[in-house]
Amino acid sequence: MKYFVLLAGMGDLPTWDEMSPEEQEAGLAKHVAFDEACASHPEVELLGGEALPDGSMATTLRTRGGDMTITDGPFAEAAEQIGGYYVLEAPNLDTVIELCKVLPAYDIELRPILDMS
Amino acid sequence: MTSNSAQYSTCPERAIDQVYRAEWGRLLALLVSRTRRLDLVEDALSDAFTAAADRWRDDGVPGNPVGWIYTTAYRRILGRIRAEAVAGRKAPLLAVGPDWAQNEWPIDELADERLHLILLCCHPALPRSSQSALALRLVIGTPTDQIARLFLVSTATMAARLTRAKKKIVLAGIPLAAPLEDELRMRLDEVCRTVYLAFTSGYTPGTGPDLLRVDLAGEAVRLAALLHDLVPEAPQVKALFALLALQHSRREARLRQGRLVRMADQDRRSWRHDEIELGLGLLSTLPPSDGYVEELRLQALIAAEHARAPSPDQTDWDVIARRYAELEDRTGSAVVRLNRAVALAEADGPLAGLALLEGLDQLLPDSHRLPAVRGDLIARMGDGDQARSWFLEALERCDNDVERAHLRDRIEGLRT
Repeated sequence: MKYFVLLAGMGDLPTWDEMSPEEQEAGLAKHVAFDEACASHPEVELLGGEALPDGSMATTLRTRGGDMTITDGPFAEAAEQIGGYYVLEAPNLDTVIELCKVLPAYDIELRPILDMS
Repeated sequence: MTSNSAQYSTCPERAIDQVYRAEWGRLLALLVSRTRRLDLVEDALSDAFTAAADRWRDDGVPGNPVGWIYTTAYRRILGRIRAEAVAGRKAPLLAVGPDWAQNEWPIDELADERLHLILLCCHPALPRSSQSALALRLVIGTPTDQIARLFLVSTATMAARLTRAKKKIVLAGIPLAAPLEDELRMRLDEVCRTVYLAFTSGYTPGTGPDLLRVDLAGEAVRLAALLHDLVPEAPQVKALFALLALQHSRREARLRQGRLVRMADQDRRSWRHDEIELGLGLLSTLPPSDGYVEELRLQALIAAEHARAPSPDQTDWDVIARRYAELEDRTGSAVVRLNRAVALAEADGPLAGLALLEGLDQLLPDSHRLPAVRGDLIARMGDGDQARSWFLEALERCDNDVERAHLRDRIEGLRT
C-alpha cells in the first residue's frame, strides 16, 4: 500500500524560526533517521517527500458554480502549519505509525493513497 | 480448533446455537486471516449457519460441525472471489503483519487468531463509537440489531457504522497482526476500555423502558471472558474480568417486577455467588498497579466490598469511600466524586456526603443522579420539603422509565 504522510503541525515543538541552530540540526537528523529507518525496513520504500514553506506562502483555489476564485493563504486554518510530506510504500498502517515515531514529534496525518490503476 | 463432536448436541438447532456461541469468533478470524476479505467473510459465515439450519435438519448434525461450517463459508467466499475475477474486478485485501504467511493450514492445527481480531476491532485508528460495536459483531457474532439496541441507535445507523469501520480497516491498511511488545500493553488498555464501555451501555442505559439489558451486558462479559482466556496474565484483562464478573453477578437482584431495586434492598441470595468467587479470586492475584489497570482494579475492589458483605449494614463503607477517594485522585472524574459522596454518607453520615457534592453542579449539569443523591441525603436529615424539590429536579432530567418510577416512589415515600 502507498501512504501519504502529512506533517500537519509542529505539536509541542517550537516553530523552525524559534529553534536554536542545535535544535534545528537535531530535527534534521531525525529526518535522516527516518530515511534510514525506511531504507532498512524490508517492506518499506520511501517514494518521495518534500519540505513546504509555511501557509502564508500558499495559494488556494476554490471553484464554486464554475467560477474559480484564487485566494492567498492555506485552505484551512489548521493547515497553516503544514511543514512537508512523505509518500511511502508500506505493508500496513501499524508499520507507518511505528516509522513516524522516528520523526520529530509533529502532528501527523496519515492517509492511504488510492490505487487508481 | 478441536473438532470433538461429542461436545455438540445431536439436535440440529441446539448444535447450531452451540457452534455459533462458541466458535463464531474463531471461525471468522480463521476465514479473515486465510482470505483477507473482511468484506465477504461475515456474510459468508452467516450464510453458512443458515445453510446448516436447512441441511442438518434433513441430514442430521455432521461429525465435525465446526469444520462443516468453516468449509461451507470458505467455499462461498471462494465463489465470490471467482465471480469477481470473471467480472475483472479487484477488491482490496486486508493488510496483515510481517509474520503472516498464507498457508493451507489444516483446521485443527490453527493457532487462535481471535486476539488479533479483537485488537483489529479496537485499533485506535477506528472511531471510538465503532470499536466495541465491531468487536461484538465480529468477535462474538452479536447480531447488528442487538448491538444497535445496546448503543441506543437504529439498526440502519449501526449497520452503516459497522460498514464504514470495516471499510476503513481495509482501505487504511489496519493490519491483522500482533502489535509490537511495547504497543501491546497500550492496545490492551484500549481493548479493555472498549469492552467496559459496551458493558456499561448495557448496564445503565439512559433512555427507554429497560433499565438493565442483562443479555446485552452479558455479551460484553463474554468478550471479557474470551480476552481472559487468550491473555490470562495481562493485568488489565484480569482486572476488567474481575470487575465485570462482580458487577454482573447482581443482575437478577437489580430488578423486581420492572422496578429498580437499590443495592441495600436487593435479595443477596439471588446474586450469582460462583461469579462473585471468580471475581474475588482474580482480584486476589492482582497487586496494586498504575494507569488504567489500577482504575479497573479499584473499581473491582469496590464491587468486591459489596459482594463480600452478607447484608447491607455489614458493608464496610469506610473502605469503599477510601477506594473512591483513590479513584477520584487518579481520574478526577465528577461521577466518581458523586459515588464517593454516597459512600462517605454511609460511613460518616449525610452531612459528610453533602459536603462532597459541593461544586459538582457545573460538572454534571444534566445528571439526574446528582439531584437524586442530594434529595436522598437531605431526606435522611429530615427536610422532606427540600428533598422533594431535589427529587422533582431529578425526575425532570431522567429519561429512563424504570429510574423515573423509582424517583416517583421516593417522592411518594416523603409524604408518610
